[in-house]
Amino acid sequence: MQWDFAFTAEILPKMLWATGNTLLAAGMGYAIAAVIGLLFALAQRTPLRILTYITREIVEFIRSTPLVLQIFFVYYVGPEYGLYLSPWVAGMIAIGLHYAAYISEVYRGGIESVPKGQWEACIAINLTTMQTYRRIVLPQALPPSIAGMGNYLISIFKDTPILSVIGVAELMQAANAVGGQNYRYLEPYTMVGVIFLVISLTAARAIRWFEATVRRKLGMQ
Amino acid sequence: MMEDLSSYPLELVGPDIPMVRFMKVRKSYGDLIVLDNLNLDIAPSEMVSIIGPSGSGKTTVLRMLMTLETINGGVIYVDGKPLTHMPKNGVLVRADAKYLRKARSSIGMCFQHFNLFPHMTALQNCMEGPVLALGLSRREARERAEELLLMVGMIDKKDQHPSRLSGGQQQRVAIARALAMRPKVMLFDEVTSALDPEVIGEVTNVIKDLVFKHRLTMLMVTHQMGFARDISDRVCFFYGGKIEEQGSPAELFSNPKSKRTQQFLSAVKAAD
Amino acid sequence: MTYTSFLADYGSRFVDGALVTAIQFLCSLGLAVLVANLFGLMMLSSNPVLRRAAVGYVEFFRGTSLLVQLFWLFYVLPLFGITLDNFLTGFLAVGLNLGAYGAELVRGAIQSVPRGQWEASYALSMSAAQRMRRIIIPQAFVTMLPAWGNLVIELLKSTALVALIAVPDLMFEARQLNNTTYLSTWTFGTALVIYYVFSRFLITPCMRWTERIMARRIGRA
Repeated sequence: MQWDFAFTAEILPKMLWATGNTLLAAGMGYAIAAVIGLLFALAQRTPLRILTYITREIVEFIRSTPLVLQIFFVYYVGPEYGLYLSPWVAGMIAIGLHYAAYISEVYRGGIESVPKGQWEACIAINLTTMQTYRRIVLPQALPPSIAGMGNYLISIFKDTPILSVIGVAELMQAANAVGGQNYRYLEPYTMVGVIFLVISLTAARAIRWFEATVRRKLGMQ
Repeated sequence: MMEDLSSYPLELVGPDIPMVRFMKVRKSYGDLIVLDNLNLDIAPSEMVSIIGPSGSGKTTVLRMLMTLETINGGVIYVDGKPLTHMPKNGVLVRADAKYLRKARSSIGMCFQHFNLFPHMTALQNCMEGPVLALGLSRREARERAEELLLMVGMIDKKDQHPSRLSGGQQQRVAIARALAMRPKVMLFDEVTSALDPEVIGEVTNVIKDLVFKHRLTMLMVTHQMGFARDISDRVCFFYGGKIEEQGSPAELFSNPKSKRTQQFLSAVKAAD
Repeated sequence: MTYTSFLADYGSRFVDGALVTAIQFLCSLGLAVLVANLFGLMMLSSNPVLRRAAVGYVEFFRGTSLLVQLFWLFYVLPLFGITLDNFLTGFLAVGLNLGAYGAELVRGAIQSVPRGQWEASYALSMSAAQRMRRIIIPQAFVTMLPAWGNLVIELLKSTALVALIAVPDLMFEARQLNNTTYLSTWTFGTALVIYYVFSRFLITPCMRWTERIMARRIGRA
């Protein structure tokens, strides 16, 4: 089996276009996860015991079951109740919820890392709970969360190929399609691997740089 | 068990009402009684120091007044109005969050570990409360903050983050931050305990100014007997959750009556 | 059709699938542990060739996606004349991938053993091998167990991907059943619950128990 450079060149545009979709899927899934994850985290900090308990259990359940199964579940269960979701929507919901469960733990860790004295100082200058979170606690919870948040950004990116199982037109799906049409799998799958490797290694470096920058900007060395 | 609060007045009236009144205040954690039936009045413009061995409940007194701790019995009044409770249908009931927030706006507090907000500059630390809690415009808040930073001698460091400041400098900013809220009562909780010896003076000088120039009502927990003696109108010695002895600094330090006070003072002196 | 009769009809399929998942899980766990220790120790080797090879392995397997690795092994390897059985391909991919994550844990845990321990064993003139075996590894093992707890759950979830190369595991059976019965909520829901029970009530308690035993053995509890 020889590497076919002409074939590589021929399919490259298609693969790059699909890479765009992969990045889009990762970005959107991550945005959903970041927002819902924050809600999960805050729900576990309310004085309402029952809400804390239910959220905890939901988070545990999501974290203990495979993403690929969750994707199928969201995609196929909707129509049973008359709710037809496109592969993109179903995929984003599934991957967003899945990572929200992980990210909520990062937020929780970040919030808990803010010393008790900061909360007390907020009472002493008479801030409301909302103001305390928004102005004092969350900004300080951010820097220690960046490494964890960044790792999950890379994880979500590496999990996007799973979206191909319901036909989301991302990189893996493109490789499957190209491979199937031409009966050549060596080039498309290898290219997918290389693209993933390059992007995730670059992203890992970028995140380390970003973390250092934010810490410096906030005056916390 | 619900406490019968009908014997407590809805507010204090009369010509000489104290700025702060602790009335039969109790605080316990489970079985451990931290404060037992505390009665303490602080007059307007009075400077009261609290001394005593660790675990005697002295810091708890300040934390209750700042509403950082709930109390298990009794009522605290500030400027004649109940702080821990609110009037409802002619009796006192436990204060809700909204009442508490309004009531505690007359109290300011400085902490042992400063608790400055690390992601904000000295100036931003002092503006945060006035803008968010008092609703001042940013311009007004800035003027007020700069004035106070000037007073504590930190104006040239106003754009520094706390991590770039020494302990003494941080504590001075923390004092300015508390004063920016224009409190009627200032609380100092062991504000020099975490400082290196050579910078304690810069903080105590600021507090001295507050006492002698500004006549603020103040309550201070301290381990520095000399400082307490210099600036206090009254010193309270706490022991086992109670006021064991109180009086003017001259009486208490030179001529302590209680055996426990004598022991404590001589132990402290020996350690110096 | 009620859920009870659904289970009566198809329950055995779930049991079969769960068994395959369990075996996949055990095989890939064994491989992952082996790989993790081998490459984790290699990363700490004083030999730069070994060290670089290990770092390269870890970066490669963490940087490309598991699904990509799985498909590459399954579709591309045969083109070079190496045809592996589906089942073998499945646990090879999962084991090699999760092993790379495990190697980082091994490296981190060994490095976290305080310097004084190395120096003390040096002072007792132990050989390098004795020092590792008797002093460093027992302590590192206890340190990294909690992190392994999470990794083992990830490993279980990752085995669900082998369904995509037609290994008849739990995920595969659920998908087949869904295609024939169209009862998506029940099929995927049942599979989700089985995975949840596996991780929450089998793996997690086992890991906790091991943590406790080991901590006691080295006198940390």
